[in-house]
Amino acid sequence: MRRSRPISLLKAVVVLLGKDLLIEWRTRARLNALIFFSLATLLLFSFAVGPDTKLLARNAGGYLWLALLFASVLALGESFRVEQENLTLDGLRMAPADARAIFLSKALGNTVLLVGLGALLIPVMIALYGVKVTLGAGPMLGILALGCMAVAAPGTVYSAIANNARARDVLLPLMLFPLIIPALLAAAKATTLVLQGDPMNQLGSWSGLLIGFNLIYWGLGFVLFPRVIED
Amino acid sequence: MSGLMNAVLQYGSAAAALVVVGLGIRLGRKWAPVDSQMDARPMLVGMSVAALVLLAVGGWLGLVWSPQDREMGDVYRIIYVHVPAMWMAMLTLVLNFACCVSYLLKANWKTDALAEASAEVGLLFGGFGLVLGAIWGRPTWGVYWDWDPRLTAMAIMLVTYTAYMALRRFVEDPDKRAVWSSVVGIISFANLPIVWFSVKWWRSLHQVQSTPKTVDPEMALSLRVNAWAFLILLTLFLLHRYRIALATREAEVALPDALPPDAPASRDGNSTEVA
Repeated sequence: MRRSRPISLLKAVVVLLGKDLLIEWRTRARLNALIFFSLATLLLFSFAVGPDTKLLARNAGGYLWLALLFASVLALGESFRVEQENLTLDGLRMAPADARAIFLSKALGNTVLLVGLGALLIPVMIALYGVKVTLGAGPMLGILALGCMAVAAPGTVYSAIANNARARDVLLPLMLFPLIIPALLAAAKATTLVLQGDPMNQLGSWSGLLIGFNLIYWGLGFVLFPRVIED
Repeated sequence: MSGLMNAVLQYGSAAAALVVVGLGIRLGRKWAPVDSQMDARPMLVGMSVAALVLLAVGGWLGLVWSPQDREMGDVYRIIYVHVPAMWMAMLTLVLNFACCVSYLLKANWKTDALAEASAEVGLLFGGFGLVLGAIWGRPTWGVYWDWDPRLTAMAIMLVTYTAYMALRRFVEDPDKRAVWSSVVGIISFANLPIVWFSVKWWRSLHQVQSTPKTVDPEMALSLRVNAWAFLILLTLFLLHRYRIALATREAEVALPDALPPDAPASRDGNSTEVA
């Protein structure tokens, strides 16, 4: 008789991530809602602040990240609701794969989604607020990726928790927003520096903070997530 | 004041703190469980009286006996309540973190109850300290709120732990509530240093934090007396809250029918878990 071997962590992550992205691509429900929601948010900021283009340009980095953050709540909330419909989370849990693979694949999936969303929003932001990317596309995308990862890791853990609680739509932002304030702060600052130039060489320390935040929360999520979804 | 006096004060206050904590642990083990037969009234009343007396003495020491501050005059006197309150808040949050880790390693309802108690009492002291800090900021900085790193970090911390308490209310299943809130408690605690560093890079206005070592010896005595009073209060609050948490848990296990029928997480009609 052939002994069944547990699937390796990496392979499980790739398979699960592929599954989630495929579902996302086939339905595109989450994607469309996210895009229009965040575009509307970007527009709303300009109405809230008024037609002062200088002010808008100066705060563009902060607005971009607030729009992404609000959208991320929708994205994260959906990432475990998908698994609830046919109790597929139980199926995943019973598969001979590491439960931590579920965390990694979900968090990576959310990162991919948010980075894609950000890549769509940045040109819109440039056009709407009349800013230019002084330091070029490379640093911009780097900060975008780091910031999205920083939202996705704790967000994935919390969305798995909130999904099974009462008032889940309230609970997720309630728990997530205070937690990612440091990441929001660093990402907004770094984006502003990328947009307006970095004469004081501060970009390094803000991206360092983002990297540290990522290391801590991807590590904590990796260790703690199996306890969250255990039965 | 002489060095000897200082040493006596230092070791004395350490001993007093240990006694209070020891009493708290003893009462928590013997008196707090629902089926406890212990008559703890003399001890509890004694501790309450001691706390009130110390608060009164500390108030007098802080408001009358201590010298004025060279730069801030009388305004600084708020540190005699602000600083102990913040110490107690920190203490309870460390306790909460310890309970969360301990629960994940070994499930035990007492640790869960203590985690709940410490988070709530910590929120109380932290909120109290934060309001005091803002009141102090008005005459000193000219504004109640100046986005000072320590104040901001404290505010973020309070919101984080409010979310922790909210999670505890929103999950009906006691097992899941305990595990999930432990996870959230650990993540929230890990966030504290990050929040601290990130807001510190913003800007800094707050003076170096006060400890008995950074202030005048006469101020140190007032600070210590107030800290004792707060420590006893904290122990009492924790004991009562812990007892309530244990009793609530008992009630949940004993009478699942007594819960409101719509309470379990039965959204979408496919969930079977019942608290």
